[in-house]
Amino acid sequence: MDRRRQFPTWIPTALVGAAIFVAVQYTASAGLISTYWYRVVQIAGIMAVSSLGLNLIYGFNGQFSLGHIGFYAIGAYGSALISKDYASQWSGGQFLALSWVMAAQLGVLLLLFITRVARFAEWQRRVREALDEMLRPSEATVLVFVLMAIAIAVAVGVSVVATFYFQQALEALLGLIWSALGENLGQNVLFALALLNGGTMAALVAYLVGLPLLRLTSDYFGIATLGLAIMIYTALQNSDMVIATMKGARGMVGIPNWTTWGWVFGVLAVVLFVMRNLVHSSAGRAIVSVREDEIAAQAVGIDIAQQKAMAFAFGAFFAGVAGGLYAHLMSFLHPSTFNVVKGFDPLIIIVFGGLGSMTGTLVASAGFAVLIEGLRVVLPQGFEDWRFVLYPLMLLVVMLLRQQGLLGTKEWGWFAAPRPRPREDAPSEPQVVEES
Amino acid sequence: MKRSALQVVLRAVAWALFAAIAAGVVGLLVYLVGLNGPVYFAQSLVDGLRLGFVYALIALGYTLVYGIVGLINFAHGDVFMVGAFTSYFAVTQYGWGFVPAILLAMLVCTLLNVVIERIAYKPLRNAPRIAALITAIGVSFFLEYFTALKFVFGPDFITYERPFEVVVWNVAGVTVTNITVIIVALTLLLVFGLQYMVRRTKLGKAMRAVQQDKDAARLMGINVDGIISLTFAVGAALAGAGGVLYAIAFPQIWTFMGLMPGLKAFVAAVLGGIGSVPGAFVGSILMGVIDVGVVSFVPAGSRLRELFAFLVLILVFLAKPSGLFGQTQVEKV
Amino acid sequence: MTDSMSATDNILDIRDLTILFGGLRAVGDFTMSVPYGGLYGLIGPNGAGKTTVFNLITGVYKPTDGDILYQGESLVGLPTHRITQLGVARTFQNIRLFQNLSVLDNVRIALNMRAGYGLLEGITRLGRFSREERLLTERAQELLSVLRLEDRQLETAKNLPYGEQRRLEIARALATEPQLLLLDEPAAGMNPTESEALMELIRFVRDRFNLSILLIEHQMRVVMGICEWITVMDFGEVIARGTAREIQSNERVIEAYLGKRAGREMGVYAPSS
Repeated sequence: MDRRRQFPTWIPTALVGAAIFVAVQYTASAGLISTYWYRVVQIAGIMAVSSLGLNLIYGFNGQFSLGHIGFYAIGAYGSALISKDYASQWSGGQFLALSWVMAAQLGVLLLLFITRVARFAEWQRRVREALDEMLRPSEATVLVFVLMAIAIAVAVGVSVVATFYFQQALEALLGLIWSALGENLGQNVLFALALLNGGTMAALVAYLVGLPLLRLTSDYFGIATLGLAIMIYTALQNSDMVIATMKGARGMVGIPNWTTWGWVFGVLAVVLFVMRNLVHSSAGRAIVSVREDEIAAQAVGIDIAQQKAMAFAFGAFFAGVAGGLYAHLMSFLHPSTFNVVKGFDPLIIIVFGGLGSMTGTLVASAGFAVLIEGLRVVLPQGFEDWRFVLYPLMLLVVMLLRQQGLLGTKEWGWFAAPRPRPREDAPSEPQVVEES
Repeated sequence: MKRSALQVVLRAVAWALFAAIAAGVVGLLVYLVGLNGPVYFAQSLVDGLRLGFVYALIALGYTLVYGIVGLINFAHGDVFMVGAFTSYFAVTQYGWGFVPAILLAMLVCTLLNVVIERIAYKPLRNAPRIAALITAIGVSFFLEYFTALKFVFGPDFITYERPFEVVVWNVAGVTVTNITVIIVALTLLLVFGLQYMVRRTKLGKAMRAVQQDKDAARLMGINVDGIISLTFAVGAALAGAGGVLYAIAFPQIWTFMGLMPGLKAFVAAVLGGIGSVPGAFVGSILMGVIDVGVVSFVPAGSRLRELFAFLVLILVFLAKPSGLFGQTQVEKV
Repeated sequence: MTDSMSATDNILDIRDLTILFGGLRAVGDFTMSVPYGGLYGLIGPNGAGKTTVFNLITGVYKPTDGDILYQGESLVGLPTHRITQLGVARTFQNIRLFQNLSVLDNVRIALNMRAGYGLLEGITRLGRFSREERLLTERAQELLSVLRLEDRQLETAKNLPYGEQRRLEIARALATEPQLLLLDEPAAGMNPTESEALMELIRFVRDRFNLSILLIEHQMRVVMGICEWITVMDFGEVIARGTAREIQSNERVIEAYLGKRAGREMGVYAPSS
């Protein structure tokens, strides 16, 4: 048996990563590349983060989501509201938006916790069974429905009240932290918090929406998530009805320009670290088993509803964080960036790179950003519109000729699955009869 | 004894709840009628029906294709668009009349859809469903953007000149135009024609056979590929007609006009139960009424139309994915 | 709720199980029990409803009527994965492996319940991860070696020959540490030599892992060879029960498989019936 320890795979990968970081950082600060191309590189990184999220949902977990852009938008606008508050206090307080966002999320988590601890699902089943014995199905249904509605209303009421208290506490806490940290460090911490919250908001929405929707078969799920993205888009178009500073269809301005290559690369590195480790762990194998065969996965004890919701939430989280980076790169958000058509970009990227390949997604994201922007420069003015004719054609070519994309499910370097070590001791027990 | 007393009480409570729900629905209707007057209510109902009929023409194409090949033909809405544009060119550039323009539109759309099917969908017939759906999305985008190029239809809105005079009638305060009558009449004609074909002709029988079991149909000597192409053709013809009617009702056309109506028609087909012809029809009427209803009664409704349309979709998926007339499929393990 | 009966010596008690698909009564008034440590068989002509019974036990379908008791507790209404977690494992008639994954991963996934580390530890690679992951991998490899698949552990499942795929499915089912194993036509597609080996394997697995086994099978030599007690189904109902010998000469069974005329020809029936 080959007992030699393998060369640790993370080393070449880390070296390549470091090289890329340094190369961009140096050329940008030395003025060797224009600000335009510096932005393109950052966008490539941002798209990679978002596309990795979609790859987790679709490539690894097998759920065809067309709603990814919706989570990207939630992250973008959400984080923008937080940082804009800090910079220009649109809500009347520096940390009002942040404290409300965090409090609201805690409130929702509390609600989920209550329903889980009080075992709502279990009680619903029991009450249903008891009533089914005494009443006709329609009567039982309406009673169960009303009872559950009352129970949920109570839980929601408790959560809402708790949210108010959370918000007060958080606002005070944040104020204290800031006076301790000072301007410079404080700003960076706030940016990190804004990005994080953009991600968690998207993840929560995904989890809540996903629990019921993930029961649907694949093409229905695709259309349902598409519908969700359209709903989010329409809501954003009309957001000025609710929050004035979002300015609806006119676009949100005044977002601090905090995104740098350092931030993009840092976030991408963390996302890759998390995703790679997740995929090559027991949770990751469970996620992939759902893609391979749901019925078999259930038969070996895997709660597929839970796995799907988890993958969906993680993928949405990545998209939300990517959205946040985007918002702070452009300093301006317009709902048209988040329309359905643009929403196909991450899908095109992961299909090209290979569903189920993180390396493929990275390569395809870089290629895509460069290609799209590059085409803008190379093609003469009138031919810019041809870009949008070319995307779908490229997609069609891939679908018809090489469905597995560039890399299929292959990975490079550290992203590949660690090779399992064979057992050290030879089997000692009597084996089963030979097959001829 | 105790048990049956409890039973009586619970039953009473349940019926009280039913009554409350019914009262709530009736109350809502009364409120809506009273809000802006019964004429306004009737008007939006008529407009909703008109829109619903147009959606029906598109929805039928979706439901037919899905029933037979299990594919959501995302590009269907764009076929609708091509129908509108074809009739536009026929009428304005070549001075054709209304009826020939519609027939031409139906013909062009039929050919287009059959070509799309042969090039893009047929090679993927044995591929996973999602591959075909992604391809359909690709075809849809390609059609939209390609026709938006300047040398094709161009990216701008074009005003459609109706090839006949508009006649307006006033029925008890409600405005009804001959456009509405034409739409209703034509749609009913086409829908009944389709239902007749599917239920009464040999060809229709072949279609239903292919829908049930492709391989068995092939073994019975049915030309499955031909039937599939025929289905795409019929669906496209209906959508093409729908495009012309839509353009006549709402005379602004552009290359992206098919996206939203297409999606809403799909929601309608799902609402009615995808794969079912009567289901698609009923679902479309409902969708049309809801769509116009939102615009008429919800404050800022015209900006929130899409939100409500997809809310309907999500609710259907949550409550009964097989729709009103569909049957839940049991997977054989 | 069914009234509680006294604890039985049976790991599985099925009572009056019925399921209707629309108008079709796929399984009707089906009653059967499997004692602890038993190796029982369920046979019947095609379409008799045998796999449907398995699907009912494992929660894939919900019965219209009747009850399924596992170690005295009702399984009805529980989701499939919960039933597996309670100790009921199954294989499938048409082999449902995770086709694109390796042999080792197929088994490792089934060991998820005993992973020994949580999500956070998995992502950060801290804490118990390294040790538990290695233990999990070794446990999987042990199981594979018992079924003579260890040297194939890195192969993709879909590339395995048919017989090995069947063994892999059994290995995967065993990885869930079941107490009741449901095998759905494990000998399908096997020649006599392979079936012999399979019979050995099933007996071995039952003894080695201390299981109770319920087996659906068409190959009579396998059923008659290893099953201690056999239940025969036709049209969703039980038509006979007994030992292999009793079943072989039961006229209703012969009629179900071969038709009334054959029964007459074999002299089982009087000529005039």
